[in-house]
Amino acid sequence: MAEETTTPAHKRGIQDRPLWRLILSTREMPLLIIILVTVFVMANRNPNFLTVGNLRAVTVGFTPTAIIAVGMSILLVSGGFDLSVGSVLALSGTICAYLVLNGMAQPLAVLVVLAMGALIGMANGLMVTKLKINPLIATLGALSIARGLAQVLTESRSISGLPESFGTVGNTLLGDVPYMVIIMLVLVIIGDLVLRHTRFFRQVYYIGSNENAARLSGIAVDRMRILVYMLTSGFAALAGILLASRLEAGTPTAAIGLELTVLAACVIGGASLSGGEGTVFGAFLGVVFIGLVQNIMTVERVSIFWQQAVTGAILVAAVTIDQLIKRRGS
Amino acid sequence: MTTPLLEVIQVNKTFPGTHALKDVDFQLLPGEVHAIMGENGAGKSTLMHIISGVYQPDSGDVRIEGRPVIMANTRQAQELGIGMVFQELSLAPGLSIAENVFANRAPTRSIGTIRWSELYNQTRDLLAQFDIDIDPSTLVRNLNLTTRQVVEIVKALSLNARILLLDEPTSALPPSEVERLFAVIRRLKDRGIGIVYISHRIPEVMEIADRVTVLRDGRCVGNHPTQELTPDTIIEMMVGRKLAEIVPERHTKTGKELLCVQGLSHAKFFTDVSFTLRQGEIVGVAALMGAGHSELLQALVGAQKVAKGTISISGQRVHINSPETAFALGMAYLPEERKSDGLFLKMTLRQNISVTALNLFARLGIMNPRKEAQVAQSYVERLGIRTPGVGQLVGRLSGGNQQKVLLSKWLLRHPSILVIDEPTKGVDIGAKLEIHDLLRELAEQGAAILFVSSEFPEIINLADRILVMYAGRIQGEVHAGQATEQNLLLMASGYTNEARA
Ligand SMILES: Nc1ncnc2c1ncn2[C@@H]1O[C@H](COP(=O)(O)OP(=O)(O)OP(=O)(O)O)[C@@H](O)[C@H]1O
Ligand SMILES: [Mg+2]
Repeated sequence: MAEETTTPAHKRGIQDRPLWRLILSTREMPLLIIILVTVFVMANRNPNFLTVGNLRAVTVGFTPTAIIAVGMSILLVSGGFDLSVGSVLALSGTICAYLVLNGMAQPLAVLVVLAMGALIGMANGLMVTKLKINPLIATLGALSIARGLAQVLTESRSISGLPESFGTVGNTLLGDVPYMVIIMLVLVIIGDLVLRHTRFFRQVYYIGSNENAARLSGIAVDRMRILVYMLTSGFAALAGILLASRLEAGTPTAAIGLELTVLAACVIGGASLSGGEGTVFGAFLGVVFIGLVQNIMTVERVSIFWQQAVTGAILVAAVTIDQLIKRRGS
Repeated sequence: MTTPLLEVIQVNKTFPGTHALKDVDFQLLPGEVHAIMGENGAGKSTLMHIISGVYQPDSGDVRIEGRPVIMANTRQAQELGIGMVFQELSLAPGLSIAENVFANRAPTRSIGTIRWSELYNQTRDLLAQFDIDIDPSTLVRNLNLTTRQVVEIVKALSLNARILLLDEPTSALPPSEVERLFAVIRRLKDRGIGIVYISHRIPEVMEIADRVTVLRDGRCVGNHPTQELTPDTIIEMMVGRKLAEIVPERHTKTGKELLCVQGLSHAKFFTDVSFTLRQGEIVGVAALMGAGHSELLQALVGAQKVAKGTISISGQRVHINSPETAFALGMAYLPEERKSDGLFLKMTLRQNISVTALNLFARLGIMNPRKEAQVAQSYVERLGIRTPGVGQLVGRLSGGNQQKVLLSKWLLRHPSILVIDEPTKGVDIGAKLEIHDLLRELAEQGAAILFVSSEFPEIINLADRILVMYAGRIQGEVHAGQATEQNLLLMASGYTNEARA
């Protein structure tokens, strides 16, 4: 079987390429370079850009988005999709504020709200896996319901007047770095490592690549998919709690349209809506990039109305470039 | 001499890590069936993709009726009269025959709506040319494989193609169906259509082909009229040496009963099926198209719901309602459709093999890719999987090499009961013998193997015992020593017979 001719090729397997080639060929690299170049250019152009204050504002601004992106990128890898995250964030923030205002101990309130987030995710997951409802429709339903509940609960007003201790996590710095940002970074790092290296999350890639084959390979597909929906909603709930803490209020109208920003970030970072691809780190870079662009437009005094259009344009451009690269590769 | 319909001159094609075609020459005359043979990964499908405009050659010429042509995509190839049926069927299962045949060229009214009656009539006429009498509005998902193949051919020819490319059209067809397909091919030949025919089945090539071109490692190593060839000379050209086809002596030491199936029935596909499977035993199922054998295998591993009957494993009654359950009970199932049910095309070879036994490669829940790669590499060597490395995406392997990956991933788990639908679909001769060896080895270690194959010689070769199915029932059982292709075929066609030993 012509072993002699094939064996040498085996020996220089793809995983044995030199390290620098490997690093350069990773999916996240181009985006990371673009981000660094943008920061460099802006730093030279606008003295207000590279200041502790501005950078802190940007980072704190995209922290909830980044936390949700950890869950969402895993969900996208599994071939799932969740539009309800923005609403779940708002609902979680208001419920948490409501419970605390009515005297519940803060740690308990946080646990209750996280559990509620996971439950919403479970409902989404059950609809998608057991009832075979399209994830777009199922989570669109959850989007309306969660937002509606938040409005009903608060009669559409922010819940404020919370004890000062409630704002601690959202407003304290460790050195120059806000607690919130540290929490986010820890979650991103853990999320990335866990998705890349653990046996458990490897299953998510199999499911997203070919659900049928995964099932016939003995992977508990439905259970995994439900879990990943729970994880995503759980992260949305956590983001809601942190945001409420920062604002010291529960806001039912928070994060409207956030789901689109999160999805855009994940896709810019290399996830595919058809599943099987993407990393947490990539999604995080996507969040950073979008946050950066929005900040630049603010610093450069671009009208707020343009900002959304530009974000959309970036998304379309990123996806197009990605498709072109893929087509070339095949 | 007639001008060739198609000429390929000194064509080269490289992929990252692979020089797939090296200075390949090829000619096709009108009314000729020209077979291309070669081992898995030899470059057969790549050559076909170049002729059909999917890939462009790095260098070299393609000529049609003497004129050099450049085909940037499949559409241009179709316009030049080239019809193709790829290795993996490409019909849309949820659409009707007519919609598939005409894809986006359906007859329309001026406002753009489809004229359904005309569409159906045209399709019916086309099908009638091949003696197929099926309602053109039937959904493709409800057709059997041969009919799908013929629909593919009808589709390929519907643009008045003069050249037809067939990539392993019989790889999953049982003997009777192969004959039907050959009847279609002969009819096309008589019309002067030139046919490129890729296959690993030497007897079929000897029967249908006028000329054989053999590729080895991307190079053309021979081009001869079929009359000048024997199966042995073809193999020698393909492999580059003589293949010692010694069927090793089997010392079947059957142990205790592993699987016992009693009165298993399905609402639609099979009725009252009973059989047993012992440790160390290899049992083949011989059946023709639509006998319910594939569905029976699926039912055993919980991928089909059964209406009645019982399954016991090692004497214990079990309820298998999902592949996960079957899996936990030590069963493994290799599906027939490797692309849709078996492989993760966007993932690497390494990850495809390790999927069934992730636990083996994890410590404290953390994957060890190095160990995964080592194990994958051992299968690459054992089965001769042709790949630039274990990091290659499985979607980029040739069809036969994909099949070997599929097999490896299940061997890795050392299942106690292995259920296989077409163990060597699309695999070349050398690798086939190697796979047979591996399966025998597995049986000797105490596993029980149940397999279906559309190639009856493979069943006779590999199985210790043969069950023959007809119309959803087990028609009889034959001991391997007493089976001949002839009597299997008779029984599988519904004749109960005297061969019952
Ligand atoms: N898109 C691709 N990217 C990278 N390598 C490829 C690609 N397509 C084919 N190859 C490689 O080119 C070689 C020839 O493949 P090809 O599909 O032509 O083989 P084949 O002769 O049809 O084999 P089989 O009998 O298994 O179908 C193989 O080594 C294969 O891995
Ligand atoms: Mg091929």
